[in-house]
Amino acid sequence: MEGAKPNRFEVRIHGRGGQGVVTAAELLSVAAFEEGHHAQAFPSFGSERTGAPVVSFCRLDAVPIRTREPVAEPDALIVQDPTLLHQVDLFSGFGPDGYLLLNSGRSFEELGLEDLLQRHRPERLLAVPAGEIARRNLGRPLPNAALLGGFAALTGRLRLESVQDAIRKRFSGRAGEGNAAAAAECFELVSERVGGMARA
Amino acid sequence: MLRQTEGSAAVAETVVSCRPEVVCAYPISPQTHIVEGISDLVRAGELEHCEYMMVESEFAAMSVCIGASAAGARTYTATASQGLLYMAEALFNASGLGLPIVMTVANRAIGAPINIWNDHSDSMSQRDSGWIQLYAETNQEAVDLHVQAFKLAEQLSLPVMVCMDGFILTHAYERIDIPERDAVHSFLPPFEPNQVLDPADPMTIGAMVGPEAYTEVKYLAHAKQMQALDTIPAVAEEFEAAFGRPSGGLLRGYRIEDAETVVVALGSVLGTIEDTIDEMREEGVRIGAMAIKSFRPFPLGEVREALAGAERVLVLEKALAVGVGGIVSANVRIALSGIQQQGYTVIAGLGGRPITGASLRQLFDDAIADRLPPLTFLDMDWARVESELKRLAEGGRSGAHAENILREAGIVAGRSH
Repeated sequence: MEGAKPNRFEVRIHGRGGQGVVTAAELLSVAAFEEGHHAQAFPSFGSERTGAPVVSFCRLDAVPIRTREPVAEPDALIVQDPTLLHQVDLFSGFGPDGYLLLNSGRSFEELGLEDLLQRHRPERLLAVPAGEIARRNLGRPLPNAALLGGFAALTGRLRLESVQDAIRKRFSGRAGEGNAAAAAECFELVSERVGGMARA
Repeated sequence: MLRQTEGSAAVAETVVSCRPEVVCAYPISPQTHIVEGISDLVRAGELEHCEYMMVESEFAAMSVCIGASAAGARTYTATASQGLLYMAEALFNASGLGLPIVMTVANRAIGAPINIWNDHSDSMSQRDSGWIQLYAETNQEAVDLHVQAFKLAEQLSLPVMVCMDGFILTHAYERIDIPERDAVHSFLPPFEPNQVLDPADPMTIGAMVGPEAYTEVKYLAHAKQMQALDTIPAVAEEFEAAFGRPSGGLLRGYRIEDAETVVVALGSVLGTIEDTIDEMREEGVRIGAMAIKSFRPFPLGEVREALAGAERVLVLEKALAVGVGGIVSANVRIALSGIQQQGYTVIAGLGGRPITGASLRQLFDDAIADRLPPLTFLDMDWARVESELKRLAEGGRSGAHAENILREAGIVAGRSH
């Protein structure tokens, strides 16, 4: 089936209730729509409770998306909360060519994820302090928008400007500007690190 | 206007464009975003001359809708699951009185066991309530069907349920062309009721009817639904002419012309089915699908015509009639009376279990090889069922199946009951 869908790109987002997991998938889909792509975002339909593990999905494609099944084999994983590493099977269906963006100020080694670097393309796996970036720009450690900026840089699937437009459409005033700035800062950070790895 | 938005938000906006004069609803997942959205738009002054009423229950919501519609107001509500069941008595009154109420059902399972996820148990349980039932395949169609539903309801003097898959559609963000308000206004003129309760000109509706006339009055309700078999495609055609895209109607075939195997289904699962069919067509398998858009009235003649040439008909449905099996498939069988072909019923997606392309592929392969039993439960964990049946046979008490199965699945800890 993958062969028939050359432009399909599937994202799975893990976080906790209250971190904006569902909003993140929706914003990605809006940014993709602004760039003329077809996009489908949906939550994992659990009983959402603050702090409970939550999953959301976003599919991107050049053609209309008909399937309604959850994303089982994501091309990209966004993990908003590193404490989920010990609670949820985050890497289920995550293939060797997948992209991973993890919200953490610690390295994969420090997080005990060295084996992940062995099994996957290391230049596609990044841990970024998205919560800290958000705290600086927003005053609150909500990693959502920063990670979307990082996603744009890591995967090259979306432009930073589209992500920022989607953020500003959703959040007005200071929340919108703070989140857009966090997205930009994380975009820069990821661009530098991906560029650094490419040169190394 | 083309927008990337949530299904519920798009439905809310479109319902407001249809200019209901009374909206009365009680929130229940997964319908809540729709009625909250309408409430916000009414409060923001987007809809003049509309009374948005808060009530204490779904029974009250439908009762207020009945009163409002009888008094000549264009009337809308939405519900799901237990809420629809709580309305049941009033549903039959709304249709029996010929009141053109439009209601969204954000399809969800019913308890017990309590479950908030999607399937069609709720609307299927009310299939004989006298309401027209339309099923949306996509959020685009859900939006479009609401515009058509008010027109249908008012032309036929019958209430209409627009059924859309809860969560799968209501909570999905996708590209939706939201009908422009002016276009909706010209498609859907203000409601001209053909019966109005008016204190200045008193009359009663809903008289008690004894054995001498009950059959005739009931038959008239059936006759109106039969008339809807013409009105539904006519309104869909009119919609396509006005808005430039096909939506609604009675049925839709997909790669069905030369298909030996036809999959019949309702609602959003058609998308995943179509992807699987395309994959099999690439390999030369003659398989197609038929979407049922109008389940009530059930288009017997059109279904027969669409399926008569197939060797094999597989009905995939998201509800279980306990004690017999399929609901949709029973209706399809009536349509195919006297035609010799293989018929399969597949119960899938109950309580929100994902229906995956991989499972569908295996299922269709099995059907084509004629390896399927007449009644199949997609992705059933038979080991869990067998273990619980064994426990029962050994003298275990019934009543704690939900807890026992959850414990076997490792989802909750605890002792067996």
